[in-house]
Amino acid sequence: MRLTINGKSQEVDVDPTTPLLWVIRENVGLTGTKYGCGVAQCGACTVHIDGLAVRSCSVPVSAVEHAKITTIEGLAPGKTPHKVQKAWLDHDVPQCGYCQSGMIMAVAALLKQKPKPTDADIDAAITNICRCGTFQQVREAIHMAAKTA
Amino acid sequence: MTAMPKFKVSRRKFLVSSAAVGGGLALGLRLPFGPEVVRAADGSPEITVWVVIRPDNSTAIRVVRAEMGQGTLTGLAQLVAEELECDWNKVSIEFPTPGESVARKRAWGEFSTGGSRGIRQSNEYVRKGGAAARMMLVKAAADEWKVPVSECVAANSVITHTPTGRKVTYGKVAEAAAKLPQPTDVPLKDPKTWKIAGKPLKRLDTAKKVNGQMIYGMDLKMPGMLVAAIKDCPVFGGKVKSFDANQVSGMTGVKKVVQVGDSGVAVIADTFWHAKTALETLSINWDEGPNAKVSSADIAQTLKEGLDAEQAFVGNKAGGDVKQAIAGAAKKIEAVYSYPYQNHACMEPMNATVRWTPERCEMWGPTQNGEGAFAAVLSASGLAADKVDVHNVMLGGGFGRRGTYPNDYVEQAVLIAKQMPGTPVKMIWSREEDMAHGRYHPVMQCRLTGGLDASGNLNALHMRLSGQSILAAVRPEVVQAQKGRDPLTFQGVFESGEHSLTYTVPNLLVDHAMRNPHVPPGFWRGVNINQNAVFIESFMDELAEAAGQDPVEFRRKLLGNSPRALGVLNAVATKIGWTKPAPQGVYRGVAQMKAFDSFVAAACEISVKDGNKVKVHRIVAATDPGYAVNPAQIERQIAGSFVYGLSALFFQECTVKDGRIEQTNFHQYNSMRIAQMPKVESIIMPTGGTVWGGIGEPTICVAAPAVLNAYAKATGKRIRSVPLKNHGIQLV
Repeated sequence: MRLTINGKSQEVDVDPTTPLLWVIRENVGLTGTKYGCGVAQCGACTVHIDGLAVRSCSVPVSAVEHAKITTIEGLAPGKTPHKVQKAWLDHDVPQCGYCQSGMIMAVAALLKQKPKPTDADIDAAITNICRCGTFQQVREAIHMAAKTA
Repeated sequence: MTAMPKFKVSRRKFLVSSAAVGGGLALGLRLPFGPEVVRAADGSPEITVWVVIRPDNSTAIRVVRAEMGQGTLTGLAQLVAEELECDWNKVSIEFPTPGESVARKRAWGEFSTGGSRGIRQSNEYVRKGGAAARMMLVKAAADEWKVPVSECVAANSVITHTPTGRKVTYGKVAEAAAKLPQPTDVPLKDPKTWKIAGKPLKRLDTAKKVNGQMIYGMDLKMPGMLVAAIKDCPVFGGKVKSFDANQVSGMTGVKKVVQVGDSGVAVIADTFWHAKTALETLSINWDEGPNAKVSSADIAQTLKEGLDAEQAFVGNKAGGDVKQAIAGAAKKIEAVYSYPYQNHACMEPMNATVRWTPERCEMWGPTQNGEGAFAAVLSASGLAADKVDVHNVMLGGGFGRRGTYPNDYVEQAVLIAKQMPGTPVKMIWSREEDMAHGRYHPVMQCRLTGGLDASGNLNALHMRLSGQSILAAVRPEVVQAQKGRDPLTFQGVFESGEHSLTYTVPNLLVDHAMRNPHVPPGFWRGVNINQNAVFIESFMDELAEAAGQDPVEFRRKLLGNSPRALGVLNAVATKIGWTKPAPQGVYRGVAQMKAFDSFVAAACEISVKDGNKVKVHRIVAATDPGYAVNPAQIERQIAGSFVYGLSALFFQECTVKDGRIEQTNFHQYNSMRIAQMPKVESIIMPTGGTVWGGIGEPTICVAAPAVLNAYAKATGKRIRSVPLKNHGIQLV
């Protein structure tokens, strides 16, 4: 099976029912995408599929064979961080950081759809679990990223 | 300070080098006596055990306490750097291993990162480690210039000879400094003069947390590594009876099926997905043991009986016969509260990677106590202390679950790896396994009885706790030394010490009928202050109401002997505008407590729609921890503690059926989302003194009772059991 991840096309030899999360982590070897629950509850595994935020633990790899997959490692090709990552650095958002890859991917997808999200937009779109409770900084950083071109 | 310091995780070098050469220690091991210099992995000289100065004038600061998001890594570095007078922008962190510490007679002291002790317990010796290094560097420069030390000053990793203006960098004199004897008299700065410590500096570990490069235990990769999925007997205390490995041995990727101790079975495969899939296919026969029929109702009944038990351990006593005083009171008030089992639910489930050979056993993975994990590896591996080591990595949350007790997952990983000699095996718990095998926040019930005099003053209070002791399960020797009493049960209401009750009540009795169900308890962020704050701070409002008094005023009268508690209470009351009317439809609640030697208080504003939809708009929180090392991180810990504490209040309960935990994942064990996050305003008001208070835990306990008190004001309904979902109450 061929997958296109972060702009790179590559062959993976896996059972088609394998969740995309585990293919990304174990077969492709990109570990920035995290396992938190395996049942699409926590969002730590969020990646972009054709630009949309998707919880990769609950997507069989066969469903994304012809899609464009982006993980946290591919969010900002090159050395300049994505505006969401930049805002995260400026606001010192992460605590333990384990959920933050998924949080950042969810936010990046939101800003693509709604470049100037309201607090209500954020509340509706960002449903990732963060046990450290970084939400206050997450919200501030989203608004800051939205102000960045 | 806006520039991000360069952060180099030298542990990753350890990983590579250890995996490649079979586990040599990466740090120098020569003892720090005599003229011989101890060197770091890159050859740079160690000045003190906490400080390495590199030839390029950068500084490596050693940290042995675990980083799980709470900011201790950055805070400890600030304290060392402050005394060292080094350039903060050239600081990186090195992590000595427990094995290296053992080989050097515990040169770095305790590794344990729990009880909000990471900074407060080690602040003095790490600051001295920085200060001594500075003194040695200055002396080396003065010796070279042949001038008195008193004419030299150090700042930003540069030493200046004041009379002549000559300058030299730390990097240039480091070799000479490392050969000098360490000073014994090491004065520390007055915290009022701090320039690096005490400031809201950015964390040192953020960059890799925003681009997916931070390596957590879950992410470790090693040549030839296999992955194990494990299932332990779902009934606590049960055992494996039988399983047929042949049932899954032909499945894709499966290498081996092994029993783990008495009670677990693991499938080892090429990937976790293959291991987990096979494990789910495997049928295991369990001997579920004597607890196979226990339910939450049974446990609740046992605790209920304890509320009336004759025998109970006394945690706090004042005045005369409290029961007599209550009997003679003008008004008697009584209420019964309860608190459930709760799982830590760290975002990163338990995991550990171990390679075992008859000659050496090493563990890589998340732990809140490297030395505790070291002891677990030592005993499970069957090897000698100089043949084992532990390499801690960034933790995806800890909250007490990855502490010393009981190191269950570390031991399992060793027992698995032992059955695959020479192959590194990464054992990963599924979320379901993590929910089924927590070390749960203990269950507790509490009956409070108060007696008011004719003027509405609290003259007598009896607080009877009935429920589980953590220490009886994990450190029975402490309980034994206290003649059966678990002093930690009384956190926040104890007779003395870091968790002492702040209120003065003329006749007081706090006692505990210990009832220990079979469900294993553990230290859960805040530990016993969570339930004790709900109990006593809700009841304070009940008493105030019965006395016809304002809840803040009522508390103030009892805090005459506790000026710091009064200080934080007044601070939140003032900031929230307690004496002014709240906005239409908004109701306020307040709570305060002393825990981990910090004084904390919260005041909140909530509104309630349809009688059950609670919106927490705002929480004003105050903490007096004595000293504040990084106010920006303290703010984040306060707000974060409320997310953890309010998730517990509204959503979280682990119920027991047929001896096992019923909840399997976040759909049954919810956690707050951003939409439910209140605005948190922190007041950090350190008042100094000789005692440093904790940060990570204390504030967690004041959010829940403040919200419960506001809910009672809003609805007239007093909720006395957690979680609120059981009362049909939602957080919106």
